[in-house]
Amino acid sequence: MTAAALSALDVKNISLSFKGVKAISELSFRVEKGEICALIGPNGAGKSSLLNILNGVYAPDSGEFIFEGEPLRDIHPLEAARRGIGRCFQNNALFSGMSVIDNVIVGLSRHARASLIEEALGLPRARVQAREFRARALETLKLFDLERHAEVIVRALPYGVQKKVELARALVGGPRLLLLDEPLAGMNAEEKQEIAAIIARLNRDLKLTIILIEHDLGIVLKLADHVVVLDYGKKLADGPPDAIRDNPDVIAAYIGAPHGELAA
Amino acid sequence: MSDIAARGAPRLLARDPARKPLWLAAAVIGALLVAALPLVASEYWLDAIVAPFLILSLAGLGLNLLTGYAGQLSLGSGAFMMVGAYAFFAFALRAPELPAPLALIAAGLISGATGLLFGLPASRIKGFYLIVSTLATQFFFGWLFLKFPWFYDGASSGTIALPHALSLFGVDLGGARGRYYVVLVVVAALTALAVNLVRGQTGRNWMAVRDMDTAAAVVGVPTGKARLQAFAVSSFILGVAGVLWAFAYLGSASVQSFDLTRSYQILFIIIIGGLGTIRGAYFGAAFVSLLPLALDWLSQRLFAGHVDAGLLQNFQKAIFGVLIVWFLIREPEGLARLLQRLVDALGARFFHPRS
Repeated sequence: MTAAALSALDVKNISLSFKGVKAISELSFRVEKGEICALIGPNGAGKSSLLNILNGVYAPDSGEFIFEGEPLRDIHPLEAARRGIGRCFQNNALFSGMSVIDNVIVGLSRHARASLIEEALGLPRARVQAREFRARALETLKLFDLERHAEVIVRALPYGVQKKVELARALVGGPRLLLLDEPLAGMNAEEKQEIAAIIARLNRDLKLTIILIEHDLGIVLKLADHVVVLDYGKKLADGPPDAIRDNPDVIAAYIGAPHGELAA
Repeated sequence: MSDIAARGAPRLLARDPARKPLWLAAAVIGALLVAALPLVASEYWLDAIVAPFLILSLAGLGLNLLTGYAGQLSLGSGAFMMVGAYAFFAFALRAPELPAPLALIAAGLISGATGLLFGLPASRIKGFYLIVSTLATQFFFGWLFLKFPWFYDGASSGTIALPHALSLFGVDLGGARGRYYVVLVVVAALTALAVNLVRGQTGRNWMAVRDMDTAAAVVGVPTGKARLQAFAVSSFILGVAGVLWAFAYLGSASVQSFDLTRSYQILFIIIIGGLGTIRGAYFGAAFVSLLPLALDWLSQRLFAGHVDAGLLQNFQKAIFGVLIVWFLIREPEGLARLLQRLVDALGARFFHPRS
């Protein structure tokens, strides 16, 4: 396959604006297969907007991205999911009225084959699918040490555990690119270490390509293979963590930023 | 931290496998009781209380799939019941060779297709605006079935009644017992299908759309399809409920049998019974069916029947109003959740007194 020679993701000249306000302008960068690429930058730099373009929630004004060799723009979220682009949201976007395991099984939707009639009548294909989905979801829950919470309604769980459920839901369908939007926000130091270790493990064991938005620079520089710095929708720097740490533009943008992100 | 949550959580357990034998036993006993009911209940009870209760439960179940599970508000329940009833009437009149069970399914399918059509706007509009569009179905079908005599066979009263006493599944629908068993079988069968659906991927997709539809799409749920499926399945069930309401309970029906009041009644059933639960529809329908009786009984006992019947009816409406506001604010999961709590409390008291 020629795809092996290509990057996992090639973002090309993407621009996005909301009612005339530029959120992203002419952004290009590449993400190699199997790497963790961190997107950093002050609030409002366009990081989350970019993830929203990658999984089809927003349509870019111009530009495209090439995912596994196929040029894409303005795709439907479902299409992104089908192509294997998984996502965790900034604030947990779980299905709050459902149990942990049901949340995770929803992540298998794109693999569902049994029709409505087969499910209603409890025909063999629906029963086999239900058993398989449950087994796969349990397996994924085990990765996160969540089996004992399987039947708990998610809204009853603390934030840190919910985050893991969301990771499990994004992971269960076997994505080839995982987009993580501030997975460590709102956590204490211990939980941050735990989630960071999980992310590193997923990347290492499953060879999963990950794009990570994170404000905690200490963790970003340790975790990422590659860092892209955004400011006001433009790319400020792009390179390995060491180079980013010493980049004067980055230091200026961060120290100069009114939000004091470096302290986070 | 997570340990505390795990310990605090059992009350919120979705399904407790350890309870399964208990539930199963309860279900079997319940099934025997309802099957044996005609042996003890009078014809009046079967016809005037039990049959409408079961049919309203079925209608509530249909709406609950759409509103409680898939999160799509609808005030068109009456319209879909109407479509089912008029479709079944058309089959009975114009295709009498079609066996009644097949006509029942076909009437449900026509209602389901109607639901599918009127559910199309749901991919674009939500909440309040969707209510308005479902309300439109109510007025549209009320107009349609009155405007064209073909639908009611030109009867001067504008009502529909079957040309000959119906037999379904070989049971004569002429008697109260026969009607009861037909209603019971249909309601039980559709409930079983609904349970299968909500426990399967279809139901999970509906709930995902209800809880957060952007996230659902990103995770890979075909949200548009899920919404349409909910409309179709819900309208199918409502259509079948409409057939039963018209021909197994009322005997003859008209557009007024399925007006907006009916739609509200079914909505109240699921709000009081419990949104997003199967049993909620039954609890709600039981409440709605029994409250008038209870009030009547109370007024007989307390005031020796000196209370004006009109006043009682208004009193009943006031009670519904207050209860609906109370349930919406305090317990959106309705009677289903309240009874669950009661069962849990009793269970804790008698089975594990100290734990």
